[in-house]
Amino acid sequence: MHQFVEYVLLYLSSDKTPGSAGNMFWAFVYIILIFTGLSVAVIAMNWLERKILAHMQVRLGPMRVGPHGLLQPIADALKLLLKEDIMPAEADGFVFWIAPLLVVLSAFTVFIVVPFGPTHAVTDMNIGVLFMLGVSSLSVLGIVMAGWASNSHYPLIGALRSSAQMVSYEVAMGLAVVSVILMTSLNATGTGTLSMIGIVQAQQSQGIWFIFKFFPLGLIGFFIFAVAMVAETNRAPFDLPEAESELTAGFHTEYSGFRWSLFFLAEYSAMIAVSSIAVTLWLGGWLRPFSNLLGGSTWELVFSFFPSLTFLFLAGMCFYSTARMPKHPYFRIQTLGLAGFGVVLGLIGLVLFVTPVRLRVQDIYWFSAKVAAFMYLYIWYRGTFPRYRFDQLMKVGWKVLLPMSLGVLILTAMVPILGPIIWQHIQHLL
Amino acid sequence: MTPVATPFFFYMLAAIMVIGSILVITRKNAVHSALALILTLLAQAALYLMLYAPFVAGVQIILYAGGIMVLFLFVIMLVNIDRAEKERAFNKQWVVGSIAALALGGLFISVYVKGKAIFPANPRPGAEGQNTQLIGTMLYGQYMFPFEIASLLLLVAIIGAVVMAKKRI
Repeated sequence: MHQFVEYVLLYLSSDKTPGSAGNMFWAFVYIILIFTGLSVAVIAMNWLERKILAHMQVRLGPMRVGPHGLLQPIADALKLLLKEDIMPAEADGFVFWIAPLLVVLSAFTVFIVVPFGPTHAVTDMNIGVLFMLGVSSLSVLGIVMAGWASNSHYPLIGALRSSAQMVSYEVAMGLAVVSVILMTSLNATGTGTLSMIGIVQAQQSQGIWFIFKFFPLGLIGFFIFAVAMVAETNRAPFDLPEAESELTAGFHTEYSGFRWSLFFLAEYSAMIAVSSIAVTLWLGGWLRPFSNLLGGSTWELVFSFFPSLTFLFLAGMCFYSTARMPKHPYFRIQTLGLAGFGVVLGLIGLVLFVTPVRLRVQDIYWFSAKVAAFMYLYIWYRGTFPRYRFDQLMKVGWKVLLPMSLGVLILTAMVPILGPIIWQHIQHLL
Repeated sequence: MTPVATPFFFYMLAAIMVIGSILVITRKNAVHSALALILTLLAQAALYLMLYAPFVAGVQIILYAGGIMVLFLFVIMLVNIDRAEKERAFNKQWVVGSIAALALGGLFISVYVKGKAIFPANPRPGAEGQNTQLIGTMLYGQYMFPFEIASLLLLVAIIGAVVMAKKRI
């Protein structure tokens, strides 16, 4: 027992991820934390998406279950679990059964290399980015299997569209990622890295986020990735595999109940996964913004208060809404619930003021805040852009994004070598 | 981190690979064959991981399981499977096939018997965190020429595919 406690405590003083420290216990704890956090995030996304889309279209969205519909996702989950699980008579049983499992598995497995902070990742792999791209590309297999096993026309067409789309956008995506890998090799050591933590540390040591590196190049690479990642996750405006006006629900038309909810879970966690790739590669991962402009220990302190201030702000919003709730006795329980939610958020905010917690949590906060911005963008796209036609989609993928990413790759390789020479010549002329 | 239970994982992966490849050739349904092939390729990627070659494992997953097999499935799904099952296979190549299989088996057995003399007893893997970098320096240093020839061949194949598929260029 004593040995076990020592084993557990030993990790807390180290500055490694549980995987590289070889500590099984903490690796397990991290996996459970990430799994729960991710599930909660998906539930929250479900509510937020409906709410934000509704407000974009001047509606109210869910308002009935709980204050401002806050309990709506729980009601939805209950409904899905209790719904009858139907398998079409002509379906291919085994493939139909295993397809949603494969999609969920690939969507959750990628999170073992996502760096929420320098020590907050399950493990740090030498092939981090490659692992993430590879495992998340396995999800297309699950989609294709689901579409084929349903033995029905709409799902099959959805699966075909999905596989064609994912294979063609993966090319541009991979080339954009390679241009970032080239940038990591500009460190003093001269060798690049594929490790997710290594990429963020490269941005830290070069003192610049890769989105601003070689000014237009990093930005264009980021733009290509940002478009390709929407296509990879089958979201609007590239949601042709599940275009409801043409294919009812695409590849998951025949799925219902719990199996359908697995597809839902996988879609949202895949969105979080690709957003965290984008954040790690271009937006500095866990690094706080303005570290060059607003440097120094005072600003460090100010920025480390941000997590608790965010929670206190949310608590304040809850109390404000509590005060604005209708005074009718019918709403009493909802008002009390909202106030209780505010108290919980406020308490979390106060705990985050404690110095050791504050220092350990701020990396996770900045990472999650950047990912959350991407999640908002996803909803925004869905509310703004009309769906592409399939030939337009292919044209954008192969004739616009692919040549652009090739150009960015070649220029990124040339600039660090040719740039200084050209600069010398210009100075010579002046 | 030191490896744990290496023999167990090796035999598990080897069993998955053998069962998967037997399923590939025995299933009547082409989609099931393709899925069994994917299982085999994934187990192979895990074997590469056990040999301290994470980069090769990652490339195996991206290229074979995520890329090539998706295209395989794409084509197979368009075939009318009910009809394809009833049609008899017309390429009677089992004589050539079994000769090739015997030759390959003989090669494996000879390697197994004489392996100790050919290969070093304890191959020294590169540093655990340096696999990608080592492959990079080797590919673009020592083996530059074969690498370029391979990429030229691939380029020819791409252009050939475009020329054959498109009537009017």
